[in-house]
Amino acid sequence: MKPDVFSFRLYIAGDAPNSLQAIANLAQLCETHLPDRHEIEIVDVLLEPKRALTESIFLTPTLVTDSPYPGHRIVGTLSHTEPILQILGLGVAQRRAFAGLKERDSAPQLRRPD
Amino acid sequence: MLNITKAPTGIAGLDEITGGGLPRGRTTLLVGGSGSGKTILALQFLVNGAQEHGEPGIFVAFEETPARIVGNADTFGWNLDQLQQGKQLYFMDAQPAPDLVQSGTFDLSGMLAALGAKAEEMGAKRIVFDALDIVLALLSDPAAQRREIYRLHAWLLAHEMTGVVTLKADGNGQPFGFMQFMVDCAVILNHTVVLGVSQRNLRVQKYRGSSFDENESPFLIGRSGFEVAVTRTLGRGRAEVTNERVSSGVARLDTMLGGGYYRDASVLITGFPGTAKTTLSGAFAEAACARGERTMFVSFDSDSNEVIRNLGSVGIQLDRFVDNGTLHMVSARTITGSAETYLVRIKTLAKEHRARCVVVDPVSTLSKTGNELTAHSVAERLIDWSKAEGITLVCTSLLDEMSSQSEAGSPLQISTLADTWIHLNYLVQAGERNRGMSIIKSRGTAHSNQVRELILSDSGITVTDAYTAGGEVLMGTMRWEKESAERHAAEMAAVTARLRNVKLEAEQAELEARVKLLQVELAAKVTEQAVLARSAEAHERELALGRDRMRELRGSDAAPEPAGVTR
Repeated sequence: MKPDVFSFRLYIAGDAPNSLQAIANLAQLCETHLPDRHEIEIVDVLLEPKRALTESIFLTPTLVTDSPYPGHRIVGTLSHTEPILQILGLGVAQRRAFAGLKERDSAPQLRRPD
Repeated sequence: MLNITKAPTGIAGLDEITGGGLPRGRTTLLVGGSGSGKTILALQFLVNGAQEHGEPGIFVAFEETPARIVGNADTFGWNLDQLQQGKQLYFMDAQPAPDLVQSGTFDLSGMLAALGAKAEEMGAKRIVFDALDIVLALLSDPAAQRREIYRLHAWLLAHEMTGVVTLKADGNGQPFGFMQFMVDCAVILNHTVVLGVSQRNLRVQKYRGSSFDENESPFLIGRSGFEVAVTRTLGRGRAEVTNERVSSGVARLDTMLGGGYYRDASVLITGFPGTAKTTLSGAFAEAACARGERTMFVSFDSDSNEVIRNLGSVGIQLDRFVDNGTLHMVSARTITGSAETYLVRIKTLAKEHRARCVVVDPVSTLSKTGNELTAHSVAERLIDWSKAEGITLVCTSLLDEMSSQSEAGSPLQISTLADTWIHLNYLVQAGERNRGMSIIKSRGTAHSNQVRELILSDSGITVTDAYTAGGEVLMGTMRWEKESAERHAAEMAAVTARLRNVKLEAEQAELEARVKLLQVELAAKVTEQAVLARSAEAHERELALGRDRMRELRGSDAAPEPAGVTR
């Protein structure tokens, strides 16, 4: 099974500290949790204000996920990763399950009866 | 020196209070509780700017969808759709999505960038941020809130747009108090309920570089939007004073007033229930309509048709003037709300009707709306307004039978403000209750100080002299009795005089006859005397002749003595 590719659009406002932080945090998040399953587009609203208008981006930075469906909007520097992962369906439970599955594959005896 | 230019709001009253409008190119803060009218005021500022001053505007809606705002404002007849199509007005839906996920801090740069692009595109000059508190509440700490407000402020200054920011104030705390220090102008909207009556007030809290009216001014959200009641402000031009008189509708009353009411006078008619206050004001309305002056009759007590019917019974026919459009009858029973509401509605209706004469019957109803203090100021402003407009205003005022038998002044104390004060009273005497009328004051006119009796009949109103007998005023039957007694006495006197006249004439005639007789007698005597004289002469001549003859006969030779010869 091929895992979904997450496509992100990050709206930033020039080199505002908030925005720079968001770029760094997003990169880190993708690297940690979604290696090789992500696409990132960065839109600078100062350069493309019309786009902010048509896409109703009023708070920066804003992260928009288009796929997988349904899309989401996350506002802020993305410093708290847990809520983001939860929205993306990558919450603790899923990660555990995923991790557990891997573990079981490598080590079949998960629980040792004693 | 800073040169403050102002962007007119086009809102009745607000421009007067602020001395011309909101500071152009600066930020105005509009604070008020929920339902205090912030959104309407802000939107009206944009609409008027776009329609009347060619200044396109942007409305940033944080709290409601633009569709809802447009829908709500539809009742004001502002043609928002047309303005939007003509790119004079733009709504930006900036509501945070309800499922918005937040992770870390953020700022408003995106919105400002988008707004900047839009503003440039449409050449916007005015901008409203409605319910900025919604988005500020998303920010984690006061420092971040402050930072965003500064960002917004800087943006407004940089774009030279006249900005209005509305904020909700709940309870006593002003949530974003520091914002009031930052902005150049702050307006507070207040909505209170006093004794069950809703009362809206507006107050300009600060206005850098400009003088302004610092008092709370009541306002109303009326049919065409915001209307702020302005009290007399200094320097406001007063319509010129005229000497023109208008009839009170009762000929005798006009005489008493030395020609009628002044054109721009406010007339107060006080009296107990049933003293014909309405009738007197109805007579004024009829006379005004008959002169062809547009008139408005506001009745608080009865339905318009009832008023017309009731006045018809005393010969005041108003229906014909209603039919031809001269007279506008308003039954204020259909208006609900505070005294302020009444005032604004009366003003609006009068303006719509282009009334030159207004009757308010009775104005004392205003004080029954629960708030006597405001009611007084409303009455005051009613008079102010009518003067400024050059409208002749006739108000009736009900006196409380218990409280002020002695003409102690009307409940609203507008008797001091009114130019002419007519008091109607009952006089109970000999088992009758009769209506007395007196002019208590009439500024600038000589007026009768006598109490007169007011008589209503199906042919109209008449004013008659009341009799004073032994220091007491007589009216009704007693007056009639007195009158008939006097009439009788007068008739008797006339007859007696005639008789005497005849007698005198007879005596004169007699005397004249006697004079004639005597004259005749006199003539006879004169004649007799003449005759006597003549006969004496004849006798003398006879004698002389006789002597000569005798001498001749005697043959006397003696020559007759020559006459004149002395011996």
